[in-house]
Amino acid sequence: MKHEHAAMARTPAPATHSIGERTPLVDGIEKVTGRARYTADLPLGPTLVGRIGRSGVAHGVIRRIDATRALALPGVRAVITGADFAAPYGVIPIAQNEWPLARDKVRYRGEPLFAVAADDEASAQAALGAVEVQIDALPAYFTAADARADGAVLLHDNKPGNIERRVEQDFGDVDAGFAAADLVLERHFECAEVAHGQIELNSTVAQWEPERERLTVHSVTQVPYYLHLTLAQTLGLDASQIRVIKPFVGGGFGHRVEPLNFEMVCAALARAAGGAVSLHLTREEGFLTHRGRPASETRLKIGLKKNGEITAVEAEVVQRGGAYGGYGLVTILYAGALLHALYRVGAVRYRGDRVYTNLPPCGAMRGHGAVNVRFAFESLLDEMAAQLKLDPFAVRRANLIVPPYRTLNDLQVNSYGLPQCMDAVEAASGWRTRRGQLGKCRGLGMACSHYVSGSAKPVHWSGEPHAVVNLKLDFDNGITILTGASDIGQGSTTLLTQVVAEVLLLPMARIRVVATDSALTPKDNGSYSSRVSFMVGNAALRAAQAMKRLLVEAAAKRLEVQPDDIDWQGESCAVVGTDRRLDFAQVVQASLAESGTLTVKGAWSTPPETQGGKFRGAAVGSTAGFSYAAQVVEVSVDEDTGAVTVERVWVAHDCGRALNPLAVEGQVQGAVWMGMGQALSEETQYHEGLHLRANFIDYRMPTIAESPPIEVTLIESIDPLGPFGAKEASEGALHGFAPALAAAVCDAIGIRPRELPITPDRVFDAIHARQREERLRARRALAQTAEHP
Amino acid sequence: MTKRLLSLKVNGRGREVAVSDNALLLEVLRDDLQLTGTKQGCDGGECGACTVLVDNQPRLACITLAVSVEGRVIETIEGLVQSGRMSALQQAFHEKLGTQCGFCTPGMVMAAEALLRREANPGEAQIREALSGNLCRCTGYVKIVESVQAAAQATAGARA
Repeated sequence: MKHEHAAMARTPAPATHSIGERTPLVDGIEKVTGRARYTADLPLGPTLVGRIGRSGVAHGVIRRIDATRALALPGVRAVITGADFAAPYGVIPIAQNEWPLARDKVRYRGEPLFAVAADDEASAQAALGAVEVQIDALPAYFTAADARADGAVLLHDNKPGNIERRVEQDFGDVDAGFAAADLVLERHFECAEVAHGQIELNSTVAQWEPERERLTVHSVTQVPYYLHLTLAQTLGLDASQIRVIKPFVGGGFGHRVEPLNFEMVCAALARAAGGAVSLHLTREEGFLTHRGRPASETRLKIGLKKNGEITAVEAEVVQRGGAYGGYGLVTILYAGALLHALYRVGAVRYRGDRVYTNLPPCGAMRGHGAVNVRFAFESLLDEMAAQLKLDPFAVRRANLIVPPYRTLNDLQVNSYGLPQCMDAVEAASGWRTRRGQLGKCRGLGMACSHYVSGSAKPVHWSGEPHAVVNLKLDFDNGITILTGASDIGQGSTTLLTQVVAEVLLLPMARIRVVATDSALTPKDNGSYSSRVSFMVGNAALRAAQAMKRLLVEAAAKRLEVQPDDIDWQGESCAVVGTDRRLDFAQVVQASLAESGTLTVKGAWSTPPETQGGKFRGAAVGSTAGFSYAAQVVEVSVDEDTGAVTVERVWVAHDCGRALNPLAVEGQVQGAVWMGMGQALSEETQYHEGLHLRANFIDYRMPTIAESPPIEVTLIESIDPLGPFGAKEASEGALHGFAPALAAAVCDAIGIRPRELPITPDRVFDAIHARQREERLRARRALAQTAEHP
Repeated sequence: MTKRLLSLKVNGRGREVAVSDNALLLEVLRDDLQLTGTKQGCDGGECGACTVLVDNQPRLACITLAVSVEGRVIETIEGLVQSGRMSALQQAFHEKLGTQCGFCTPGMVMAAEALLRREANPGEAQIREALSGNLCRCTGYVKIVESVQAAAQATAGARA
């Protein structure tokens, strides 16, 4: 009776599990109700209006920028130029050749030249027109070939031939590999430049306190700490004078992994005007800021044995990089590193050239560096499989890795769910029974892909841990996660909450997240290369374990037992085998009585064996865990118009462990779909350096009307290093879409596209070229019959 | 430019704002009424992020003159929460992950709201047609379609 009474008074709540549960976003309610505040929505009080003046010349020497007339206009508070900055910047420490506002030279049409801050929009606009600029034009180059031609004027004096970076990598005996092959085939592939197209416009609000010489910046960044350092560098400030806050961010996809010129311009305007400045860019300016995936040409040669075994690979990649370094040298290294590491291959020769051109700078975009080479590689495998009369699945199965495995280029593979991914999509799509049975102009194609879970060596290598998470637990019995991880819509805030909740077996409602405010949260390397789940997840896991240890110790002390005797159940804990228990509030109270507010830290770094080899550029591509994906695409092709319709996609993604299956599905679908945009319709276009498609009408991202059902299977290979076995889920499925689509188009109409995007124009032209050829052949045959009856 | 006093009915509430004749509805909502749930994602009429309802019809606030909607019934994403309860669509977009970064979500939800008001039980093709002016860069739209379907079902369930 007594026992029953105690139980009624305090029913011990059961332990709560969060990992593996389909969990809506913890900040989803703000998003669906309109309460989420993005940079342009912040109620920061009155600000001046900032605007950027841009170059109308693609390449030239700046002779004069005169702001006298502009400064005399009413309501104009400041005009700044490149001379107002202390140093150049660039995301790669060894390639910093860009100024927030051009100095001495302009190198692309639309490059920021000067900026104004004024009382209102109209005054700012008037000031832009009143600044006098004189530029002496130089020859400008809009293709990689023109920029590399003999005698071309250099964009950057220290880069002969306008080559930003040449990569030469050789692994194994390539010539012997080709000699041993039963089939060697070489093809040329071209991919157009594509842009991120995140829906939120670029915005920064900078507040300068002249009395204290302090700067607060709210901005749309994916990597706040690097923006912070870059602001200090370009403005000549000590980093301690600056506070960077990332509010809600409306997508990134790589556009915002670099500190961007407008962010520094806004800060410099605020300092020059002695107050607060908002700088809201237009969509057109977003396309000019760019940093998207470069146009690339790939010459690829593969050697195969009759059974499909890959004996040798040789690739030459040229990327049209645009006017500044940005992430460029990493992009050209990624193209080599991830070209072949998906499979076991005999030998590899890679040559990559990153070329400066007079166009907006390219950079990192979802699937960084590896998308266009994957298109080439999977497409060529598909073609060669057909020649060898092998099924496309069979040729891949002949080259599978068995983990643990070290690739030719010293990348460590600890888990490898690719075989299961292939099995899943082969079955789900009905490949064996449906392929070849779909009727005229309908086809199936497949491809595989992979991606890193964060770079094992960060770009800005400082020796610090890869990720740090702080936890705070106080008198309110609530836990606050303090993290620098940038939620840009991928759900990192939700994921970290789940991880901490799972370790402590507490309901997620007890946990809050404070993120990305340099005054409050620990430094984080940012949201890029799909590092957050793996690295920050691991740091959160360790922080939660540290907190649990303290709580268990306090509970043990209060209950006068050893920590090992405590059975931790989250909302309550008990002495093993007894009714003696404390609820969570009592444990917290016991713990706080010892030392006050509980703060713990969790840190995580990649193990050295995952950090790549010793050759030049070896760090790029290295990761603590590779994700894998396979997909089948079904298409129909309209032979009269050349239009390709994607009917359905089946994709399987090895995410290690699905921490939140709902969110992982969403990430995989988004990745596949973004691959579809690049494959079908997206393409920037310039005329003499003038952007012709700097809007969402002419830059054609697929609408909901032309987007297919995407059926996702999650493969859980349980990675030994990932948090709860998890790996990345946001990028790896992107790479496979374009080659799967091209293979499906070939299956449907017998024409193999080797150029992206596969637009109706290109398909139509290819169909007509084939018809012309067929007619010619028929006529020749007829003529021959006439000559030799 | 001279301004005039405009009477607007926004989310069931009468509002008076001084606007110039060329002021856009988007600017009035965001800057004058602080209803920042309505987003701007493009330079005019490209992306659908600013979709609001005017007399139950979806309208792009970024290319609508504020003076042209005087006396009409204007609804924004903020108006869908009634008595502290999210609408069926908001609930579904939240639970089914019809939102990722969230920036297109207000416009997407408002366009879907207009659809469900004129067609309570839309087919998938109708959903895709009704939302074809709203761009999303995160989801691939799969879970957006599922969210609208779930909301339609929930509403039908509530009526039954």
